[in-house]
Amino acid sequence: MELLAYPFMQRALIGALIIGLAAPALGIYLVQRRLSLIGDGIGHVALTGVGVGLLTNTSPVLTAVLVATIGAVGVELIRERGRTSGDLALALLFYGGIAGGVVLVGLSDDSSNSNLMQYLFGSLITTSVQDIAVIGGLGVAVLVAMLALRPALFALCNDEEYARVSGLPVRTLNILLAVTTAVTVTIAMRTVGLLLVSALMVVPVAAAQQVTRGFRTTMAAAMLIGVGAAGAGIVVSAEIDTAPGATTVLLALVAFLGATLAATVRRVLVRRSHPPVAAEPPDVVLHG
Amino acid sequence: MTNVVEVRHAAAGYDGREILSDVSLSVAPGDVVAVLGANGSGKSTLIRTVLGLVPLRRGEIELFGTPQRRFRQWQRIGYVPQRLGAGSGVPATVGEVVASGRLARRGIFHFPGAADKAAVREALSDVGLLDRIGDPVSTLSGGQQQRTLIARALAGKPDLLVLDEPNAGVDAASQEAFAESLTRFAGAGGTIMLVLHELGPLRPLIGRGVVVHDGRIAHEGTPPEPAGHHAEPGHDHVHPHADEVKAGICEWAPTERTKAY
Ligand SMILES: Nc1ncnc2c1ncn2[C@@H]1O[C@H](COP(=O)(O)OP(=O)(O)O)[C@@H](O)[C@H]1O
Ligand SMILES: [Mg+2]
Repeated sequence: MELLAYPFMQRALIGALIIGLAAPALGIYLVQRRLSLIGDGIGHVALTGVGVGLLTNTSPVLTAVLVATIGAVGVELIRERGRTSGDLALALLFYGGIAGGVVLVGLSDDSSNSNLMQYLFGSLITTSVQDIAVIGGLGVAVLVAMLALRPALFALCNDEEYARVSGLPVRTLNILLAVTTAVTVTIAMRTVGLLLVSALMVVPVAAAQQVTRGFRTTMAAAMLIGVGAAGAGIVVSAEIDTAPGATTVLLALVAFLGATLAATVRRVLVRRSHPPVAAEPPDVVLHG
Repeated sequence: MTNVVEVRHAAAGYDGREILSDVSLSVAPGDVVAVLGANGSGKSTLIRTVLGLVPLRRGEIELFGTPQRRFRQWQRIGYVPQRLGAGSGVPATVGEVVASGRLARRGIFHFPGAADKAAVREALSDVGLLDRIGDPVSTLSGGQQQRTLIARALAGKPDLLVLDEPNAGVDAASQEAFAESLTRFAGAGGTIMLVLHELGPLRPLIGRGVVVHDGRIAHEGTPPEPAGHHAEPGHDHVHPHADEVKAGICEWAPTERTKAY
């Protein structure tokens, strides 16, 4: 715990807490839309941005935000057209992103292996004061957008055609989600790392929905699990000297297992107290 | 009085394929119009084109007297899709789904107020599901889920309801429940355009039927007597699936349900 007296640890913790809140707040919409893996793909693309930053001696966070945003908007435009070839186009984009990143980072002056590993898996010691300002500003922007636009984003992700007929600016909202994904990926890259960033968007949501019944409660619970796992992940990884991103994700997975267990136990108890009614299963499954 | 929906020589389709080639249709205020036709004839495509979900290739569409491209009063339209979109990853309560129906009226930057909450409850009690407001939609039966979608459309207090096969695969109790809802809506002066597979309890409500066939409106008028025109031989070549053809070969043919009327 005395580790938290170090300023670099405090910065890492603050960064992780912001991301722990913001990532599931965005992730819930991606999960609802069955795009759970999109954050992962954008993370791959962001690595190219990191390479560009290192090569040109500009802030890698900044270049990563830019490149990831371009990638995310590109992915959204492909998705919008709904072509079957979209799947392949995404794969090409993702592999191109990570390969480009590895090559560019290798070409830069700062090409040590450990540097690349820091971006891929996160690190406790890389968060600078300047980074924390960027993470804080962008993280709060993501949070505000995801919370303030919840009814519209819920409607969009629940039923895009219905949202269109409601007169919602569907395309603008889709682009907003894409840009937000890129931003979240990039700000999380310092602590969680690009390869695990998506886990923090998805796993807390998966855990929360084991025990919740509605969208709003799922969102709140996911944010709670996210911030808890991120905070604990930093502390634990400092104590036992493990990678912070991986530790955080493992803790979130523990929360998922715990929630699943709790839901199972509750179901069994409910069944005991109420003998089964002969209810027909729904013949049409409506989503949401 | 301006028509609620005015379609003139509309053509629409997907990618290379044209599904509707020349459709004209008028729906006046207070009309209840059933869109009929075999499976795959383009009934859904027609209403989706009217709503702007499928791009119009030729012709014109007006909604409430405004060209569809410039139409912005979406709160006047309540849409009940045939099935829901892809968003099924996260649980949502019945109340949350129905609350989406208020967005067109409220705008995206406002959180729901008292009027919105009251409208959601009113719509749910209209379809007889108020007691399920806090339940996850995934725990409802197919018919109850369909009623949830109708409540979502009603919650926006629209002038026009557009429904795509609201009674397909729905239990009798739910069919009765939303027949009553639609009757109340029409009785209050609402306009309804709905795709129907079989008439069921909705039959007394239908003022006019239009039959989509071969990319056009092949028949229009008061609901025809059972065994309509498209049971003719040679009709089924337009249908890709033989089993669907049997089910949909004639929407007006007598079935166990329609015989009762
Ligand atoms: N999104 C789509 N993309 C491509 N073809 C489609 C799409 N939706 C429907 N179709 C095709 O258009 C035709 C008409 O479909 P639809 O309007 O759904 O018929 P109906 O509602 O009368 O059963 C069918 O042949 C169907 O396969
Ligand atoms: Mg259809």
